[in-house]
Amino acid sequence: MSEFFRMGGYAFYVWTSYGVVALVMTIEVIHNVLQQRREIRNLKRQLAHLKAAGSNGEHPHESKT
Amino acid sequence: MAATDGLPEQNREDIYRHMWNFFHRLGSPVYFYRWAGKAIPWCWGVTALLLLSGLYLGLVVAPTDYQQGDSYRIIFIHVPSAWMSMFIYVVIAVCGFITLVWRMKMADVMARASAPIGAMFTFTALVTGSLWGKPMWGTWWIWDARLTSELVLLFLYLGYMALLSAIEDRKMAARAGAILALVGVINIPIIHYSVDWWNTLHQGSTVTKFSKPSIDISMLIPLLLMALAFQLYYFSAVMMRARSTLLIQERRAHWVRELPEVNAP
Repeated sequence: MSEFFRMGGYAFYVWTSYGVVALVMTIEVIHNVLQQRREIRNLKRQLAHLKAAGSNGEHPHESKT
Repeated sequence: MAATDGLPEQNREDIYRHMWNFFHRLGSPVYFYRWAGKAIPWCWGVTALLLLSGLYLGLVVAPTDYQQGDSYRIIFIHVPSAWMSMFIYVVIAVCGFITLVWRMKMADVMARASAPIGAMFTFTALVTGSLWGKPMWGTWWIWDARLTSELVLLFLYLGYMALLSAIEDRKMAARAGAILALVGVINIPIIHYSVDWWNTLHQGSTVTKFSKPSIDISMLIPLLLMALAFQLYYFSAVMMRARSTLLIQERRAHWVRELPEVNAP
């Protein structure tokens, strides 16, 4: 087992490589999940504004994002 | 369609028509949003399976290289990263072409969503390459043709993203981005052939060449599994990004305001 982690003496290079790739690929997924949630929240807020302004079709407040 | 045509002919035409209809409908934001929402979990599942099997075969089962020792195992993430960095750029260029010619909204959305993922894979290709180069070549970096053209690719991605975010008008941004992507696509064959055209420190191709791949099957299989895993990862991630982008761009559209997730309490 420890032989596996030693990677024939190249442990630093091999595990840093795999670590960096795992890290950025995980960050990307988390970012995408959070972004989708944020957009849904923004839309809900926008819709609530619209409903509050009545059904005359006016757009009282458009969020920029 | 001639009534006398045999069944196989008829079936084939039906299949083509269904496929065409499917792709045609994916071009519509509403249909794409719904379809991608269902496809994403499946895509992630397949990605995970491919990643696990690729990592197991690559890190545990594949033998140690007789020349490079265990450092060669970086290949299983380095080469798929580099392939994806080029593949995604080509996708953006093709989307750019479609945007310029047919003004298709989804093409622009896919191009926008792809760019950060492409930049990510270019970054990982460069970092893992550097971490492989240090023990093998004795240097983290060298200004040779392969490494330099890959670095240029990273700057192309960053420039593309900066350009899109700098232009307020969505259609103008789409067109400007498309032109930049199409001009920059000449860098792709330069990256690919750099190891043949110039005398570089980077090793030549071991898989993508016309003769038999000069890599043992026990190393080739995990490499291909990891490449497929990265491809599926890209599909999953780009669909997520495209869905969020659609919610922003189409926020005034009826279909967005009627989405169940938007109307849920």
